[in-house]
Amino acid sequence: MLARFWDSDAVWAFRHSPAAIVAFIVAVLILGGALFAPWLAQSNPYDLTTFSLIDGLLPPVWEEGSDRRFLLGTDDQGRDMVSAILFGARLSLLIGLMAMLIATVLGVGLGLAAGYYGGRFDAIVMRIADVQLALPAILTALLIDGIARGLLPPSSHENLRIVVLTLAIALSLWVNFARTARASTFVERNKEYVQAAMIMGQHPLRVMFWHILPNILGPLLVIMTVDLASAILLEATLSFLGIGLPADSPSLGTLIRIGMQFLLSGEWWILWVPTLFLVALVVSINILGDFLRDVFNPRLR
Amino acid sequence: MLDVQGLTVKFPSRHGDFTAIEDVSIRVAPGEIHGLVGESGAGKSTIGAAIIGLLQPPGYVAAGTMTLGDTDLRKLTPDQAHEMRGDRISMIFQDPQTSLNPLMTIEDQLIETIQAHFDVSTSKARKRAVDLLEEIGIKDAASRIGAYPHQFSGGMRQRVVIALALCTDPELIIADEPTTALDVAVQSQVLDLIRRLADTRGIGFILITHDIGVIAQITDNVTVLRGGRVMETGPTAQVLGAPDHPYTRALMAAVPRLDRKLDRFLVPADDAPVVPDARGVDAEAWLLDGVQEGGLGLQVRDLTVRFAGTRTSLFRKPEPYVALDDVSLHVRPGSVMGLVGESGSGKSTLAKAISGLISPASGTMQLGDTDLPYGKARGRAHPSRRLIQMVFQDPYSSLNARHRIGDILAEPLALYGLETDKARRRALAIGMLELVEMDPGVIDRYPHQFSGGQRQRIAVARALLARPRFLICDEPTSALDVSIQAQVLNLLKDLQAKFNLTILFISHNLAVVRQMADDVAVLQSGRLVETKTSEPFFQAPDAEYSQTLLSLTPAMPY
Repeated sequence: MLARFWDSDAVWAFRHSPAAIVAFIVAVLILGGALFAPWLAQSNPYDLTTFSLIDGLLPPVWEEGSDRRFLLGTDDQGRDMVSAILFGARLSLLIGLMAMLIATVLGVGLGLAAGYYGGRFDAIVMRIADVQLALPAILTALLIDGIARGLLPPSSHENLRIVVLTLAIALSLWVNFARTARASTFVERNKEYVQAAMIMGQHPLRVMFWHILPNILGPLLVIMTVDLASAILLEATLSFLGIGLPADSPSLGTLIRIGMQFLLSGEWWILWVPTLFLVALVVSINILGDFLRDVFNPRLR
Repeated sequence: MLDVQGLTVKFPSRHGDFTAIEDVSIRVAPGEIHGLVGESGAGKSTIGAAIIGLLQPPGYVAAGTMTLGDTDLRKLTPDQAHEMRGDRISMIFQDPQTSLNPLMTIEDQLIETIQAHFDVSTSKARKRAVDLLEEIGIKDAASRIGAYPHQFSGGMRQRVVIALALCTDPELIIADEPTTALDVAVQSQVLDLIRRLADTRGIGFILITHDIGVIAQITDNVTVLRGGRVMETGPTAQVLGAPDHPYTRALMAAVPRLDRKLDRFLVPADDAPVVPDARGVDAEAWLLDGVQEGGLGLQVRDLTVRFAGTRTSLFRKPEPYVALDDVSLHVRPGSVMGLVGESGSGKSTLAKAISGLISPASGTMQLGDTDLPYGKARGRAHPSRRLIQMVFQDPYSSLNARHRIGDILAEPLALYGLETDKARRRALAIGMLELVEMDPGVIDRYPHQFSGGQRQRIAVARALLARPRFLICDEPTSALDVSIQAQVLNLLKDLQAKFNLTILFISHNLAVVRQMADDVAVLQSGRLVETKTSEPFFQAPDAEYSQTLLSLTPAMPY
């Protein structure tokens, strides 16, 4: 079983693609770091009582005037950059993954149904998708934030930031999934195995999810990886603009926003360290997505 | 003129070099039509691509010599090879839909090709283009030359492709399945044209095809290929008439004859039928148990199907397109009705109307004594959902690629509630595999691990496991090689006899229909032209259209 997996064409292609291997290693390191942040990080960046202002604005260890306790320096509050980034990546990845999954379920479900039924239902779903594409993610986030604030008691607002952010990102990403699923379903729907299932009188839901869905998974997997990167970037953008997570529970985007204030005052690491980390994460996910696309799309081979 | 000796083509892959062509030698004289015939994977097209220098990378010519006149084709630089292509060697492809640029007029495409090879003025090039079109039989060429490809019919387009190949007076034309995408009437015109060009202009042709009828009709010499090797080569009459090689003999035995009906095809001994063991016998008994009353007849009366036409105005309803016009048909219980017609005649539309995939506009359909409701009005639980089953044309898309064979076969059993026990369903699926002469050990494999013929057997098995009383076979063998076709047709005959099935057998191939059908119905652009018992039909069809169809089908003189 393991030997067959190792010998399969996809794994063979992977073993012969240095870019994919490097990207995979980087992604796994970041993912592992984020997952095990509470055990890896030396301090808890959310616990304000653990840092002291005396340690503020220390540069990374290779710079003059650094402190060996803080590998990549500290910010103005004396927060250790390594810990902040690990916990920030944890939040960014969590929101990105959740948003991507919600968008997948929503988009694939609607896209499959639109492609399967066609006609009026298809037209309505796709027009909604067009409207969604015309709304920037930041507007969607503000809208959901506003509705949540209006409906829910003020005390729960801060706890809901993550949920609001996740939903806003998911809403601006589902269109990709819906369009891809619909286009692939159109193609599969006319294939004879689907017609055979329809002639047999199988339930439409069974035809959609048991017969068609497994056959359109390839392109969807690719979109999932690419959109995971988009979701993380969107979260960073929203947090950078101040709609996302607050400064006391920073995600990567929040850290970059904080760093901006020190860009011109000499403490470059507060901005550059989280930025480079975000770039490495997104680029490695995108390279993996491109690699998957090449493997799953025989026409490009 | 063209002399290929010991040609070997290899494709490097991760498992070492794959030898696609091994030690193939071909000579083509001016004015000769040389046929390359073989089943899929025989390397026919690869030989053509190697000669013209357009091998798909990473393939390469590993050994052999190729000379055209005095030119060594293997020694050409890429620039010289580019010069020679079109100038001395041209190519005709299978699909005239895709080998013409849809955004350029015929005129522009011809003039562009002529000016690429000759330094002439546009008006002279245009004159030459018109002459060429006249020569290949496009009437009124001077006025039609400004048209776009989509304004021409399939046969006309293929003529234009031939005109493009002729632009530069080539010595050799490689025609890769030039008539496979065309209907018989058009096919015979295009073949006549190729023969005439060879005779009058002295052009050498390499005609690549899987269709032995085409080879018999127009080639002078033929080379039979299998697995990249030459099996037999020589004058067509000798190779096809008195084949030396066992493979050629087997191939000839598998070709459906238009001139007589055979009880069974002779298939090579190495494909001896698997003798069903206890499990096969069990499945057979189970099937017989369900179909003991035999097949049901089908009565279709005045069936009309209309599709929405193209909208020409925002405010007017588009004119409907009539796909089937007042078709009445009776399929006798336990018999095979052959339904023939050219593409677009409505054969598949009729199948879809009967199976409930589309809704007719009017008319009635009766299976046995029960009325069949139209399309979506036929509920999922309607008994005909099980009683009518279908075998499709393309075995590569009719099985779900993501499901195991066992799941595919067990599906009708579970869906129709025929067997509630999972283990029993699996046992029946295994027995069914034996009945369609396949190794039961393959039950846990996926469809992509099988050849086209094996997949078609699986598709037949799936249809039968629903215990159908009426089976629709829509071109079940037209995607298969001729030897595989013979096996699948044998299988269908055996199963039909064993279970007394009623079958609607749709095909464009009259020779296949003669082998299978008890009755024949002929469709022409949505109308039923003739219905007749099979043997009298093939001896003396009544309708004029049927006579034309029969006379145009390439007959096998050997």
